[in-house]
Amino acid sequence: MLNYLATRLWQSIVTLILASMVVFFGVRQLPGDPALAMAGEEATPERLAAIREQLGLNESIITQYVKFVGNMVRGDFGQSTRTGAQVTDLVAATLPVTLWLSAYAIVVAVIVGVLLGVIAERFRGRWPEWMANALALIGLSVPNFWLGILAILYLAVAFGLFPASGYVPISRDPFQGIYHLTLPAIILGTSLAAVIMRQTRASMIETMKTDFVRTARAKGLSRPRVLFRYGLRNSLIVVVTIIGLQLGGLISGAVVTERIFALPGFGKLTLDAVFTRDYPVIQAVVLLITVGYILINLAVDILYSVINPRIRVGGKS
Amino acid sequence: MTVVEIRNPGLGSARGRIWRSLLRSPLGLTGGVMLAIVMVLGLIAPLIAPYGPAEVHFDAPFQAPGTIGYILGTDDLGRDIFSRMLFGIQVSLQVGFLSVLLAVAVGTPLGLLAGYWRGLDGIISRLTDVTLAFPFLIIAVGLSAISGPSLTNAAIALGIAQIPTMIRVVRGETLRIRETDFVLGAKTMDASGVRIIFSHILPNAVSAIIVQATVIMPVAVIGEALLSFLGLGIQPPTPSLGIMLSDAQQYISRAPTAAIFPGLAIVLICLGFNLFGDALRDALDPTNASRK
Repeated sequence: MLNYLATRLWQSIVTLILASMVVFFGVRQLPGDPALAMAGEEATPERLAAIREQLGLNESIITQYVKFVGNMVRGDFGQSTRTGAQVTDLVAATLPVTLWLSAYAIVVAVIVGVLLGVIAERFRGRWPEWMANALALIGLSVPNFWLGILAILYLAVAFGLFPASGYVPISRDPFQGIYHLTLPAIILGTSLAAVIMRQTRASMIETMKTDFVRTARAKGLSRPRVLFRYGLRNSLIVVVTIIGLQLGGLISGAVVTERIFALPGFGKLTLDAVFTRDYPVIQAVVLLITVGYILINLAVDILYSVINPRIRVGGKS
Repeated sequence: MTVVEIRNPGLGSARGRIWRSLLRSPLGLTGGVMLAIVMVLGLIAPLIAPYGPAEVHFDAPFQAPGTIGYILGTDDLGRDIFSRMLFGIQVSLQVGFLSVLLAVAVGTPLGLLAGYWRGLDGIISRLTDVTLAFPFLIIAVGLSAISGPSLTNAAIALGIAQIPTMIRVVRGETLRIRETDFVLGAKTMDASGVRIIFSHILPNAVSAIIVQATVIMPVAVIGEALLSFLGLGIQPPTPSLGIMLSDAQQYISRAPTAAIFPGLAIVLICLGFNLFGDALRDALDPTNASRK
């Protein structure tokens, strides 16, 4: 177990270092001179040279990289070239929105996905399975931003069931906060729910075929009881893995969901930065998402090995 | 002395069975028909579209579907939604095929190398992890920040994002096939690694690669629409289903159908690939061979 954790941790560190290099060199590929951007078009050569010196652009690329990593580790992401605000403050203001939205979406997706998966297994070959399968297929084939537009049109505007846009911080008013996030969370969770449903169904079908389930049934345990005790426990492992694998999709989905529902989150910060070429913000956003992604995947793998003892071998996942 | 013949099964011997299995699956057939319709529409778009995709009719904005001359209606600038949709489908498929091509062209050799030579496995797996650490939207953000948003950049971003899964699929297949009797047999006959990879492992991994391609395709089609919707993908005047959706969102309550039709087109493409891909996977899965 310790051996596995050490290998996994080491791999994550290597990935983090490589990813930080990709971001560092990627940002240096961006068109435009950062010193010129800071000083403005009419800057004198002396002023440009001073800024270059101040930004450390004259130093060797390796020294620059080490400084870059040092700043990032200290949480110093510089200033937005557009507003002059500290990038750290911008992130602190927008990240909670996205985290709440994603967490809510994951909860919705797990509940709906596992439930439909169990129903599909329980009623194999009958109409509830067909319905569940059809729903999953639709969830995979319908782009969530289109679903979001339709939901706003029909559920929010026409029937007024949910607010069409707007954000209320959950810390200020939990009820209104959750109410405002409900429709976006459902929309964001759709495709995740579809993937979870399919995998839960497949894993339950496999589990119910195994010898230990047959033994449990022979011992006289009722089918629903076996289903919940053995089937669900195994599908939990699957669900944890899927959330890790689908995280990239979830992040991309959150960006577009925020755009549709006009939520002031991390995705909006990202898009605004891209369209205004706000390089310090782009750099920070890309790095934070990447680091977060690597750390969450590490956490998923650790959790995975805790739930499933069969995985703890040799560090190969 | 007994001579045991160990044959490389390849794909050829199973071809008839695969076709029969595909034809027997109603969902797979439905998917196949959807794909055929979509691909034909995309291919002959310039021939059957009544108007150019960017042709503006200021005298006919917001025409309802069914209006003579505008079968699916028009948008705020009086552009024909049907024509724009046909060209949008063409662009979606182009981006989809380009990104699948990229994922297959890069993912297959790397997967074969990682699966066959254990020494390369560590390096390739680390590279895969690094790529996986960047969600496709972030890759797209990076590419469009460097060289501007475009069709090619969208396809490249979507393709890069799919390379890691392709590597994993091919690597897994290679690991499985290299332990089979016919590969072990070839090894005892001193066949070179390159020869074993090309004449034994690759032909047997093809079905897994094809199935993975049908998984990537709808992801790429939705991805293109998403990028274009956000303004990071296709740029006007090139039509894209994503741009149509983002335009339609501005006047959604006035002309909801302007948002509904392009969305349905995306669903049709993705549903087609998902249905067909599922049936293909079942048909290619040897454990299903005995099943009716």
